[in-house]
Amino acid sequence: MITEIEITPEILAQHNLTEEEYLRIVQVLGRQPNLTELGIFSVMWSEHCSYKSSKVHLKRLPTGGARVLQGPGENAGIIDIGDGYAIAFKIESHNHPSFIEPFQGAATGVGGILRDIFTMEARPIAAMNSLRFGPLENSQNRHLMQGVVAGIAGYGNCFGVPTVGGEVMFDECYSQNPLVNAFALGIFKKDRIFYGRARGVGNPVIYVGAKTGRDGIHGATMASAEFDTGSESKRPNVQVGDPFLEKLLLEACLEAMKTGAIVGIQDMGAAGLTCSTCEMGGRAGTGIEIDLQFVPQRESGMTPYEIMLSESQERMLLVAEKGREDEVFRIFGKWGIDAVTIGKVTADGLLRIKDRGVIVAEIPNVALTEEAPIYNRPVRKPEDRARSRPHTSSSGVKPKIAFGSLLRQFLSSANLASKEWVYRQYDHMVRTNTVQLPGADAAVIRIKGTDKALALSLDGNGRYCRYESRLGAQIAVAEACRNLVCVGARPLAATNCLNFGNPEKPETMWQFSQVIDGMADACRHFETPITGGNVSFYNETLGEGIYPTPVIGMVGLIQPVSQTRGSWFMEEGHLIVLLGKMVEEGEYHQSVSQTLAEFCNGRKGSGDFYTQWVNQLPCPPLSLELEARVQKTCLEGIRAELIVSAHDCSDGGLAVALAEMSFSHFRKPPFGAEIEFPDAFTVESLLFGEFQSRILVTLERKDLLCLQTLARENSVDCLQLGHVSGSHLSVKFGKSLIINEPVSALEDAWRGSISRYFQN
Amino acid sequence: MKFGVIIFPGTNCEHDVYHMIAKVLRQPVEFIWHQSHDLAGCDAIIVPGGFAYGDYLRTGAIARFSPVMEAVCGFAAKDGLVLGICNGFQILLEAGLLPGAMLRNKGLKYVCQHVYVRVESTNTPFTSRAQKGQVLCIPIGHMEGNYFVDRETLQRLENNQQVIFRYSTPEGQITEAANPNGSLASIAGICNHSRNVLGMMPHPERASEALLGSDEGLIIFESMVNALVHS
Repeated sequence: MITEIEITPEILAQHNLTEEEYLRIVQVLGRQPNLTELGIFSVMWSEHCSYKSSKVHLKRLPTGGARVLQGPGENAGIIDIGDGYAIAFKIESHNHPSFIEPFQGAATGVGGILRDIFTMEARPIAAMNSLRFGPLENSQNRHLMQGVVAGIAGYGNCFGVPTVGGEVMFDECYSQNPLVNAFALGIFKKDRIFYGRARGVGNPVIYVGAKTGRDGIHGATMASAEFDTGSESKRPNVQVGDPFLEKLLLEACLEAMKTGAIVGIQDMGAAGLTCSTCEMGGRAGTGIEIDLQFVPQRESGMTPYEIMLSESQERMLLVAEKGREDEVFRIFGKWGIDAVTIGKVTADGLLRIKDRGVIVAEIPNVALTEEAPIYNRPVRKPEDRARSRPHTSSSGVKPKIAFGSLLRQFLSSANLASKEWVYRQYDHMVRTNTVQLPGADAAVIRIKGTDKALALSLDGNGRYCRYESRLGAQIAVAEACRNLVCVGARPLAATNCLNFGNPEKPETMWQFSQVIDGMADACRHFETPITGGNVSFYNETLGEGIYPTPVIGMVGLIQPVSQTRGSWFMEEGHLIVLLGKMVEEGEYHQSVSQTLAEFCNGRKGSGDFYTQWVNQLPCPPLSLELEARVQKTCLEGIRAELIVSAHDCSDGGLAVALAEMSFSHFRKPPFGAEIEFPDAFTVESLLFGEFQSRILVTLERKDLLCLQTLARENSVDCLQLGHVSGSHLSVKFGKSLIINEPVSALEDAWRGSISRYFQN
Repeated sequence: MKFGVIIFPGTNCEHDVYHMIAKVLRQPVEFIWHQSHDLAGCDAIIVPGGFAYGDYLRTGAIARFSPVMEAVCGFAAKDGLVLGICNGFQILLEAGLLPGAMLRNKGLKYVCQHVYVRVESTNTPFTSRAQKGQVLCIPIGHMEGNYFVDRETLQRLENNQQVIFRYSTPEGQITEAANPNGSLASIAGICNHSRNVLGMMPHPERASEALLGSDEGLIIFESMVNALVHS
């Protein structure tokens, strides 16, 4: 069966396999592999599919809990939300394809994560995305952002899933390495869960969905290497999405699953037919035998190598009960989708590929999955990269800062500005569950037939993780939880997308390991297990890597749904109160106080002032204990109907958070506020310090005493800062008025900033 | 009384409309598959939004050839109530039940947001419960909602008061800024000459519960129920 070929070092290099890995293949097979087998090994042992560099670290994450029905290892994690319902959710990266072809790269990222959800019989009811680009002053970055957003919109809108939230960040380090992380969540009755397992020897293996073409061959291998200047030529490696077909596939799969004739099902995502066959067999401890002549093909003359490695989209592999094939075929036929038996489940544990009856590959399933190489790569703490601190003025006299205009400038930073230009392109209302429109601290979708709602947020902070990887990861988790608490939700569980540079660099691996530890600390503390996720290494172009950028997708529950809270001033006269410490003494505090004035003074040229400044700062401190107490106070205040609205106070500090609360939202008019800060702290730190564990809340005057009591019981500071009033945001520092800006002017700067970059 | 909700391959608002009729209006409703040659005895037909046939070729261009559309046209000819929402409106245009065509939005982007529409005529079974000049807050979500028609037809539509909704400010002013897609004469919805077929780009089913931000779209469905009860 096997045609011998000479495996040269060149062939190995083309497949991103090392010499040692090749020897291991020979050992597993007891012979030399042929080219098809080598291709199969190369994709399954790629970083993208095997998690070979990350596995040893990922084990340290907490993954279990009373609500967890399915942790990592399946297509998506599943948690129980009561009332007989369960939700499946996951986040996945599509960074590399999106850099090469932004529209299709992002679109197929959405398509892939949606299939992961509906293979578990969960109907997708919400999508989000976390995006990172280089500064928008650069036209290539604008081109990437425009394409990525249009790709996500084009796919999600047509499929009919609301894209309800997410985050968009900008930094120079993402200029050649944009990040596109797509999240999806689905809901189902929990009486039965579908798994990607090929059970039952003799059962037919059925291929459904799009025909297989030559697109996307070696996509997984591409995502497992750095880019160089020739990366443009990898465009044919990016797949092309068809959301219409995916929508039909969704309806057909859900209908077919209802019949009970389906035993197991898996999406053909990265590494296509290869991955789905060996993973389904590997998980069930069975073998799978298929004949490629039955695989629907879009073009003629495809080789077994090409068919097995194609990443054509909108395809699924399923195992049905023997004798019930016709029921399955009838349903897929109704939706106009190809469904063909291409093989059967066997008892021998082998992945056996035939072409017109002739065996062209034969590999033990587990050799491709559980027994793939695992590396404990060397780690090394990066040298303390001295932050290029601005010069401190020698005179010791601080220049005066015009805080009002500085605030306006900050608000127009792409990192802080409204993301309306982005989310207006996403259908965020289809399925009529969207309780909280985009722009709030977290998305909220109600669950029909119950009095519950789910709150969702995505948070990452490469900026903090760069210097303090462990602390930065803790902050990412803390902030994701805090965002949920602000809308009135109790955090339940999380999914993570870990975006890093080259794992073969010990410094990168050290950061990765630290991030895992930080995430584990925080997730344990907040009792939010990680139920699944994705690792994306090699986010480097020409040796320049990204900041370590872990992104957390957090899911929480609101009950009753009427206790959903917005993050805006709601009524004239309401009190504005800060839960948590105003300022935390220490290195961060000092750095903020010292640098801002000098930075304002010594500032040259234009560009994004806020981003330039915060990039100079160290990571703010975090106490997990305090964080938990602040969140508890806020949630109890909402449950007790004391808190009218709540807003997380993080990026841009108190001043930016207060401004955001004053803006108009949907049918709510803008409101001004009168704020008085005690002059006990330095004003810079007070206004713009990004201290954690702080939530701004508003309430009726009559409820202040109750909230103060509640805060005292939780040992949390509860300080009245002012009240909602008029049309200006005015801030007094002691006796002097330091900000007095019309809310309309602040809102204009904030709302129009991103769209201005895209006006021709 | 029974509502029918048509499903084409690629329709994606069918569950939303179904939920609104069954759970909010509390009226009988059933789905009708596009291959069906009859309308299952329904008294009112809703063609919901989505991307029928992926909107490939042109929005609604393929869907109009589905067998069910012949039944819908026959039903409309006998004064049956037909409401097309968003992609449903586009399909009714392609099927010739309503005049005109849709261009890409000005700005060439998909737009999803709440808009305000002014009720221009209450003399239809879809707006009888509303007040003339009443402003409704209803979301849109589309790429091709820039309504276009030749000048003579527009004049005829205006003369016969077939323009039912226009994009407006919250106060009811018709301005360019309040028009989200560049639609001719700020048209958001039109009816046919005999006033029993309505097409509209905004999604009233998304504005039928206060929890979701607005329940001002409900008046359209309540008007339909009213019309059916009194017919």
